Amino acid sequence: MIYIDLFLAFFIPNIVGYGGGPATIPLIKHEVVEKYGWLTLSEYSEVLALGNALPGPIAIKIAAFVGYDQAGILGACITVLATVGPSLALMIALLGILYRNRTSPRVQRLSKFVLPAIAVLMLSLTFGFVETTVTTIHWLPAILLLVGSYIALEKLKWHPALVIVLALIIGGVFLS
Amino acid sequence: MASQKDIFIAFFRSSILGFGGGPSTIPLVQKEVVQTFQFLDDDEFTEILAIGNTLPGPIITKMAGYIGFRVGGVIGMLNALAATIIPSAIMIIVALTALNEYKDLPFIQGMTRGVMPVIAVMMGVLTWDYVKKSTLALGWKWAIILFALAFTAIILLSMHPAIIIVALLLCALLLPVKKEAR
Repeated sequence: MIYIDLFLAFFIPNIVGYGGGPATIPLIKHEVVEKYGWLTLSEYSEVLALGNALPGPIAIKIAAFVGYDQAGILGACITVLATVGPSLALMIALLGILYRNRTSPRVQRLSKFVLPAIAVLMLSLTFGFVETTVTTIHWLPAILLLVGSYIALEKLKWHPALVIVLALIIGGVFLS
Repeated sequence: MASQKDIFIAFFRSSILGFGGGPSTIPLVQKEVVQTFQFLDDDEFTEILAIGNTLPGPIITKMAGYIGFRVGGVIGMLNALAATIIPSAIMIIVALTALNEYKDLPFIQGMTRGVMPVIAVMMGVLTWDYVKKSTLALGWKWAIILFALAFTAIILLSMHPAIIIVALLLCALLLPVKKEAR
């Protein structure tokens, strides 16, 4: 049943994804690319590219697109609900308890302990993207684009949306 | 009770101007709900943000949903969520569906190849952010130990990431807390 699969594919990453929406990027990839095979890694990188070029929360954009792509409007509603609903329900239901325990070291540790695991997942996703880049385009343009976008984003501090649009144009013209 | 129109504008504006995902939108939300519309004061906002961070999932929808609920009831919650979610959801669906229409054109295929390195770099930078956050939160010794454990379990043993994270959460809740470490 596609709706149940869609719900679970977004419910699980979001209920364990500590550290905000970006932390769920590699967790969602595990479900939609590896487990269910709805997207290839390169399609997932397209979703991230356009997601980063457009405004709004990234986890929502991934969810909305994958849900819509697999099962139309209802699919998109289910994936967005699975993304937003559980953590918001916890927040509203547990606010009192969390507020009373907000200085408790155990509660504060929750999000901290998870960080290294998120970092490992992100690292592995980064390698996946670099590997796909080097295998789909010649190594020379791959390295030029990797170094160029690093300089543009981190040294020159260009707006990510600008860098993505430029890369889309450069790719369309030179890599087609 | 805040007016539903104000709630909608506050979250619509911060979401539509927020590039780079939810966490980078937090300051925009703060500006709207604390300064422009004064739904909350600065301390309350910081408190809600801190509590939101002890829970999983996207931070921005937790903030929108909770603040909407607090200042406008259930309708306020749905309103704030709709304002945060719907515009960007529609934009991404339209943009990617249009792109998929022309998938076979060489120009579009080239675009896909060109953008992948940028995403690789962004993901790399994000990875480094989380490495820094880990060492800051846990100290480098514990960060490296947990990093190595997570690497072994997830990459070498291919365990499901959710299992590792749940195990780490249980450790956080159950392990004894050192009395006044510093």
